[in-house]
Amino acid sequence: MDVLYFAWVRERIGHPKERVETDAATVADLVAELSAREERYAMAFSDLSALRVAVDQDLADFDAPLDGVREVAFFPPMTGG
Amino acid sequence: MVSFTGIVRNRPDGALEAMEIEHYPGMTEAALEQIASEAMERWVLSDALVVHRFGVLKVGEPIMMVATAARHRADAFASAEFLMDYLKSRAPFWKKEYVATGEAWVEARAEDEAALDRWQNE
Repeated sequence: MDVLYFAWVRERIGHPKERVETDAATVADLVAELSAREERYAMAFSDLSALRVAVDQDLADFDAPLDGVREVAFFPPMTGG
Repeated sequence: MVSFTGIVRNRPDGALEAMEIEHYPGMTEAALEQIASEAMERWVLSDALVVHRFGVLKVGEPIMMVATAARHRADAFASAEFLMDYLKSRAPFWKKEYVATGEAWVEARAEDEAALDRWQNE
């Protein structure tokens, strides 16, 4: 699946998008997997309350299931308008 | 017809040099369409429009606009406010402020999230 990062999450991780092969069952499992990779991932995901997630471009929760999902995005709360 | 245009405001200290708006191609457009169609369902509108820019903007430049058209004034005003409230917290946009000494991401405000409650029970 594709994992996308926006705003300061993108800056902290260092790239906007990456292809991830995973059999993580939920978003939270994916976050744990990514956080275990390197310090910059652990830093980006250090405070989940400061993050939101979209699964296949729909706002979701961290316990959302990932089977059949093609795209997951992590970003701070939106500040448009 | 009611329209609201949001302009890039300077900070209280007048130090804002530019604002950069990032969006999520695909999800942002879908979110804006969904917000507009929900307004069309909830009120008797002849039309609703939401426009939002992205990229680097200067102080004084327009950022976004919402417009609603209805036979009844109350529907036009209420739906325009609905569009604004949802645009601020449900459309994937993130603002970064540039000042002489550096740059910082704008933090989402709790009251913007709270503003949605009004539309839950109405």
